[in-house]
Amino acid sequence: MESAAVSSHDSTIQEIGFERTLYPYVMGTSVLGMKYKDGVLLAADLGGSYGSTLRYKSVERIKPIGKHSLLGASGEISDFQEILRYLDELILYDNMWDDGNSLGPKEVHNYLNRLMYNRRNKFNPLWNSLVLGGVKNGQKYLGMVGMIGTHFEDNHVATGFGNHLARPILRDEWNEDMSFEEAVKLLEKCLRVLLYRDRSSINKFQIAKITEEGVTIFPPYSLKTFWGFSAFKNPTKGAEGSW
Amino acid sequence: MSSIGTGYDLSVTTFSPDGRVFQIEYAAKAVDNSGTVIGIKCKDGIVMGVEKLISSKMMLAGSNRRIHSVHRHSGMAVAGLAADGRQIITRAKSEATSYERVYGEPIPVKELAERVAGYVHLCTLYWWLRPFGCGVLLGGYDRDGPQLYMIEPSGVSYRYFGAAIGKGRQAAKTDIEKLKLSELTCREGVIEVAKIIYAVHDEAKDKAFELEMSWVCDESNRQHQKVPDDLLEEAKAAAKAALEEMDAD
Repeated sequence: MESAAVSSHDSTIQEIGFERTLYPYVMGTSVLGMKYKDGVLLAADLGGSYGSTLRYKSVERIKPIGKHSLLGASGEISDFQEILRYLDELILYDNMWDDGNSLGPKEVHNYLNRLMYNRRNKFNPLWNSLVLGGVKNGQKYLGMVGMIGTHFEDNHVATGFGNHLARPILRDEWNEDMSFEEAVKLLEKCLRVLLYRDRSSINKFQIAKITEEGVTIFPPYSLKTFWGFSAFKNPTKGAEGSW
Repeated sequence: MSSIGTGYDLSVTTFSPDGRVFQIEYAAKAVDNSGTVIGIKCKDGIVMGVEKLISSKMMLAGSNRRIHSVHRHSGMAVAGLAADGRQIITRAKSEATSYERVYGEPIPVKELAERVAGYVHLCTLYWWLRPFGCGVLLGGYDRDGPQLYMIEPSGVSYRYFGAAIGKGRQAAKTDIEKLKLSELTCREGVIEVAKIIYAVHDEAKDKAFELEMSWVCDESNRQHQKVPDDLLEEAKAAAKAALEEMDAD
């Protein structure tokens, strides 16, 4: 598909003969998000896969945006870094107004939606699924934007494999008034399932919470897993071989 | 001291026989007629203060901002034609963000001052542009510590320990020179700047004024921001008290 469009926003000129996004290279896997009593929780692992190699193991995929929001991303890590740059400038200009107002999660979500949709229309998408959570003036907000510009708001969201493995658990067990501890337990349950079943996840997670008071991104930690199944104990039983 | 350059002052592209460009000097007069703007470099940061003359009782307090943040670490205080000042500030913001986009770090204050000065100077080179009718104090805090620059309508930019522009600049400069800037912290500096502005304010000629102050220092985490309200009130109170003491003699 040929395209001859000039983007004034990100100063890349797309012309016939220039490259556009074809494939992602370094990818992050699922991000989970859910509202709880005091705010919003986001969780993601710290892995960056290069194809089937788990190449980077300390990639922070959840970052605070301004005073009121948290952004988590799965998909191409370099595109996520580029999005963070755009948002950094957005928040800087917002702060420079110094008028007592600040961009809330709803506004940032809309901005990201515009960004992703416009890139998609130029056949040069930012290859990410973004989760945007935040609290402003007591209102909790949790939304998602995909790489083709699909966006929605919900009480719990997940990207990538999380959509298939985590959301059913969240649908069954999420309720409006979960305390922080309950919410973390539920998230860990989902994260454990993802760890067992998603080959591009690693056992090093970060949970981030945002409340009216502010953002806290907890240090990375690991979940306990159980591999002591009888079927695993003697893997070559019934099929002796050289390995 | 006014000299009329009859005939040589019609365009900014004309020199007078004695080597002056009168249009630029006239532009500087616009700055001299505005409310006083002061900036000082304390040992841990920069403090800037503006005497905002209130032209109408109908104006909302806190509106008509004269000090703007230009990036996280620096801000500008404007004296002179407000609309011209707005243009310079927009340009400075744009230079600062473009530098960060390319080099990945906040623009050094020296670089920003040079870029803004270059832009102001640009508008003195062509007959179809007029010079900016405003002077700007740029205060910022980068790797080399806190720095204060002043950019005049001629496009000249110097670095200062203490600077003043506007109506009361002569008196303000004298007062600033009395301060021991290298020993002042920004907290103390805020009080001193407030005192000076209250002192140079001419009660007879101009009626009311609003004091606007900003700082960028270690205490503000090297971010440029308005001086916190409680400190501002403290400074205003101290300034008023100092004035009364002076009047009492």
